Formats: sequence, structure tokens, C-alpha cells
Amino acid sequence: MTATDVNVNKSSREYPVALKRSWAGWRFVAPFMAVFALVFLAPIAYSIYLSLFRTQLIGGTTFVGAGNYVKALSDPRFWAAFGNVAIFLVVQVPIMLFLALLVALVIDSGRLYGTSFFRISVFLPYAVPAVVATLMWGFMYGTRFGLIGNLNERLGLSLPDPLSADLMLASIGNIVTWEFVGYNMLILYSALRVVNPSLYEAAQIDGAGQLRVIWAIKLPALRGALLIATIFSIIGSFQLFNEPSILRVLAPNVITTYFTPNLYAYSLSFSGQQYDYSATVAIVMGVITMIIAYVVQLRGMRKGA
Amino acid sequence: MRTTRSAALLLGAALIVAACGGPGGGTASAPQSSASGDSVQAALDAGGSITVWAWEPTLEKVVTDFQAKYPKVKVNLVNAGTGNDQYTALQNAIKAGSGVPDVAQVEYYALPQFALAKSIADLTPFGADKLEGTFTPGPWGSVRSGGAVHGLPMDSGPMALFYNKEVFDKHQIEVPKTWEEYIEAARKLHEADPKAYITNDIGDAGFTTSMIWQAGGKPYQVDGTNVTVNFADAGTQKFTAAWQQLVSGKLVAPVGSWSEAWYKGLGDGTIATLVIGAWMPANLESGVKAGAGKWRVAPMPQWEAGGQATSENGGSSLAVPEASASKALAYAFMKYAAVDEGAQSRADNGAFPATTAQLNSPAFLDKKLPYFGGQQVNQVLAQSAGQVVSGWSYLPYQVYANSIFNDTVGKAYVGDATLQDGLKAWQDASVKYGQEQGFSVR
Repeated sequence: MTATDVNVNKSSREYPVALKRSWAGWRFVAPFMAVFALVFLAPIAYSIYLSLFRTQLIGGTTFVGAGNYVKALSDPRFWAAFGNVAIFLVVQVPIMLFLALLVALVIDSGRLYGTSFFRISVFLPYAVPAVVATLMWGFMYGTRFGLIGNLNERLGLSLPDPLSADLMLASIGNIVTWEFVGYNMLILYSALRVVNPSLYEAAQIDGAGQLRVIWAIKLPALRGALLIATIFSIIGSFQLFNEPSILRVLAPNVITTYFTPNLYAYSLSFSGQQYDYSATVAIVMGVITMIIAYVVQLRGMRKGA
Repeated sequence: MRTTRSAALLLGAALIVAACGGPGGGTASAPQSSASGDSVQAALDAGGSITVWAWEPTLEKVVTDFQAKYPKVKVNLVNAGTGNDQYTALQNAIKAGSGVPDVAQVEYYALPQFALAKSIADLTPFGADKLEGTFTPGPWGSVRSGGAVHGLPMDSGPMALFYNKEVFDKHQIEVPKTWEEYIEAARKLHEADPKAYITNDIGDAGFTTSMIWQAGGKPYQVDGTNVTVNFADAGTQKFTAAWQQLVSGKLVAPVGSWSEAWYKGLGDGTIATLVIGAWMPANLESGVKAGAGKWRVAPMPQWEAGGQATSENGGSSLAVPEASASKALAYAFMKYAAVDEGAQSRADNGAFPATTAQLNSPAFLDKKLPYFGGQQVNQVLAQSAGQVVSGWSYLPYQVYANSIFNDTVGKAYVGDATLQDGLKAWQDASVKYGQEQGFSVR
């Protein structure tokens, strides 16, 4: 931000004529701004507007100001939903990013035979729509007719039910990891590809082994990409919806209508007709996500400096 | 991750809108204001196009016949989902003000919610109030409130015991006549074959409320906007005490109704009975081909030996959304489907009618259904229709209440909570929602 401001000031001071033509720039970005306002700003503004009202079956719509926000912040269901995605974030994201990092380093090491095959097969799950992936895993998780059920029957095992209350978050985490390891691997791998090869040569001349190269060259080079991947994953975790909403059909007693914040907002508006309160929950969750993503970004940048 | 589902919903909505706006244009020039059947006849003469949202299978033939009789009218029959899914879509279309169908199938329990929100039209201007006596009292009572008629009854669901005779014969178990015997049969069956269960249940709001209804419980009292919710009454406790034994003893299959596994279980004998509404025969015939010849129907088990109490489970009406631009034409179709030729055609094709003419006709009652080994199934079902316990009412926001059933009562199926605990939690959540919606709830 500050950097651009300085540049603008400098250029306008040096070329005062540019001021007269300043509308030309706006005209160029106008198409974008129009679409941006229509599909991004307008929905947010409308949600904020909605969140200030309360519509009742009896009594109609009334202005409640911050009433919905007060209610959301003291709503045990909202915090239960938040708790679930917070646990998910703390446990699943590090595992997924570690796996992605490992795969990216292995593929980049140049010691692997058939690199492009591995790269594409690790990435492939990302190309499977989340709905299809969840349905697929849902079938495998089934203890009656699914893979788990078959294993139990054939091998005489009694594996725990992946769709039980205790294991549900882990089971969802497994699906999400399967889906997104390849995506994150690609982000990290492309960062590794732009490392100047002369650094590796220099390291080799200095007698550094592979591990030393990873530690001293590759990991520092990956810092920016890891930060990006982390922020994407944080946002993804907080927006968890598809996987629980599909598994809900298989385990309605475990996945409540307020299992994740998005699922809660969805149930509030589509089953409960509480559009106003649903908008409030969505906005509160959006703000929390932004704050956490911003904090992570700030910390990441400070380390990088 | 997040957007796919909502995108799919939007796409679905767009398709529906597109379907409505097809050739012929949704809006017919039908006179709306003028009272009585004249306007309906005029609408039929003028012709036009209407959209019907329904999932009931026998309506398809009704639509074909109707269009043959009135060639000027085009009816678009759309399956917008079953039960709650359809209500969600309908509420959203009404809220959005576009893509609203002209006729919608609405179950009796959901009707008050739509009526209260004034999303569906009163049908008395079209002469619907004169149809009293055409329908059996239960369904007719369900579509009326105050002086208004909010829908035409399409079918009804007096409960009965559907059982797989082959399984009962094989293990030499008597068909239960009381709930006590039912629990006993559940134990015997599961002991004889650990893979077989007396029935399936993972927590179903419609089933639970119907069971409480039969037991004489009246958890919901509704008087205008004054609502009482109380799941501590004697009838409710009678049900929970009995059913808790089945749940705690793991004697019910942990399979959701209408799932793939459910149909499979009904076919292979691992789910031996269903206590369910009278509309079930058509569903068994179409969904459980493997069960042909094996299933029979018996009266619903009783709380006291020799008792004769039953309750309703499901059952639907056809209603006209207030936002429809062709209400008279919509009503003309509904009357055809629910009262006139359509009622007969649907009864012939396996629907359980709500009209007295069909219910009392010997042709209907004495029909032998090959799927049920030639049993005169309708005799049992019609008898049940006459024994429904009176005085039951649903919440004016039952659609929402049912949607959170598994959040609360569901805990009794996966944890240490009891059904009675679960129902208390459901009661609290329902009271809270009612208060938020402006009702006076206790």
C-alpha cells in the first residue's frame, strides 16, 4: 500500500500533466469496477443491510440494529460450529501442508523416476469435484455396505465407524487432505522451480548434502509459497461446507445443522427462514476469517523480513 | 469447497425458472377476481400453461390425461425434490418472487407454515369450501384453518404394519398385535438372525410424532399464535418407554429411510417391518422389486390389547402459491387431480385416496394386490383411516422443527442420551424458535 502511494505522489509531482488525464485510467478499470461492485460489493452491502433487521413469521420485519450481532456472539451453536472448524484448522492444515511439502520436495529432488506421472497423480484428486469425492469416501466409510463393512466382514475385524461422533472430524479431514494435497503441492513445487540452479551448483561445490540443500536453500525459497498455501487453507477450513453437508445424509445424528459455520448459516436461511440472522452469522465468520488470515500474513512477513 | 453447493442450488433454481418460462409463457390470461366455479371454467376455456411441483408418482398419468381432456392447457410437472427439499426450494422461490410454481404438493404438516406466512392462497373464492364431505374428515381438517381452505387433500397416510411374511414364517414369529409383542418379536428376530432387524430407525421426526399421536400424546397445542410444546405428557412417555428398549437394545437397523441401504434391506429381509402410512404400497412396488410376494399388511400394533387406535403419517395436499399468476387454472387442475377423474386414476395406480367416493368403493376396497400375495390391502388401510386418534395438531412451523430433529433427538441414537432427553431438547429448541418468530410459546 505505502509503496504505491509514494509512487503515485512522486509521478504526479514530476508529471503534473498526468493529473488532467487521470480519468483515462478510471475508464480503463471501469468495466472491472462495475463487475466488482455488482458481484462483490453489492452482495456484501446487501448482507450487512439484511443483518440489521429481524423478520418474524408473526410481526413481520423490524429494525434491530446490532441485535443480531449480539445474539450471534452469544449463540452456543455458532461457537460450537466455530470450535469444530478451529480444531479442524489446527490439526488438518499442518498435516496437509507437511504432506504437500514432502511431495513437492521429493518431486523436485530429481531423483524420482517418472516425475510427471507422480506430479499428475498427486494432483488428480483436486480435479475431482468435492461433491463426488465426498460421495466416494462416504461409500468407503460405510460400515454396513461400504469398504469398512467389507473389510470387517472378510477379515473378521471390527474397525471403528469413521462416521461416528468421535471420528467424524478426522474422517472429513482425511477427505479434505486427499483433495488438497495435490493443489498445495503444486503451489510449493512451482516455487521450487524458480530457484536459481546456480545456487544448487554452489552448494554442491561447497559439499552440501541434499538435506542441507533443503534446509538452507529450498525451505527459505518456499517461505512465500507456504504462506500463501497456509492462508488459502485457513480460509478453506473456515468455509468447510460440502463435505459435512453431504456426509450429513449418511450420519444425520452426528453432523448437526450447526456442524460448521457455513452449514449453520445455510440451515438458518434455507430451513429456518432466518435470512437476517444467517447473514449476520456469515458476516461475523467472514470478519473472523479475515482477522486470522491477516494475523498469519503479518507474522509470515515479519519472519520473511 | 464452499461454493459448489450453493452454485448447484442457483443452477437448479435457474433451470426451474427456465422451465417455467418455456414456450407458451407461464402466465395465462385467467380472470382472478370473480368468484366461484365460473372463473375456473373460464380459465379452462381460455387455456394457458401452469407449472406443478410434486413428487407423487401417480400424478404423471393425471397430467397426461388432463392435457388430453383440455388440449389448450399445458401442464409442466416438475419434481423439485421430496418433502423438505421441495419446501426449501418453494420458500426460496417465494422469497425471490420468481420461479414460483402454480401448484405445489405440500404435506399436511407443512401446510400451516405456508398458510401462516400467507405464501399460499385461500381456495374458497374458487368454491373449495363446498367440497366438504368429498374428503374424509382427517385430511379435510388438515387443509382448513379458520374459514379458509389452503389446499385440496390428495392422499392420506393412516398407519399400518407392513411386514415381510417370509421372514416371520422362517423364524416362526407371530405378527405382533401390540407394541409389547412388537418388542418381543424384535428380540426374537435379532437373536435368530443377527443381521435381521424388526425395522430401521435413525431418528425420524415424522415417524416419532406419528407414534406419539397414536399413543394419545398431544405435545403441540396451537390456538392462533399461542402455542404450547410439551413432550412430557403420558402419551409421549408411553412411546419413549417402549421405543427406548429397541434403540438401547440395538434392535433397530441403523439405516435411514429412503436410502439405498433401506431399499436393499426391505428386499432381502434384513428389515422385517415398517410402521408407516397407507401410501407405502406404491412405493414398495416401485422401489423394492425383490420383495414382491413377500410383504403383507396388518393393523398397526396397539398400546392395549384389542385397542383400535391409529394415527396419520404423511399425506399431502395440493396448494396454490399466492404468487401464482394463474390461480384459477391451477385450481382447475387441482380439482381434476384431487376430486374428479384424477382421484380415480390415482387410486387405481396405488395411491391411497383422501376422497370418500374412492375409499368406500368396493372396487378399491376389494382389490387384490399381487405384490402383497393377493391380499386385499386396502381393507386394512381403510379400516385404519377410520381409527385415527382425534385432536392432534402440528406446529405452525413444523417444517423447521423437523429439520432440527436429528440435532436433538438424534443424540439418543448415537450417544448416551435417552429419547426422552432428546425430545426435551427438541422441545426447548422448538420453543425458542417459536418465540423468535413472534409466537407466544410455552
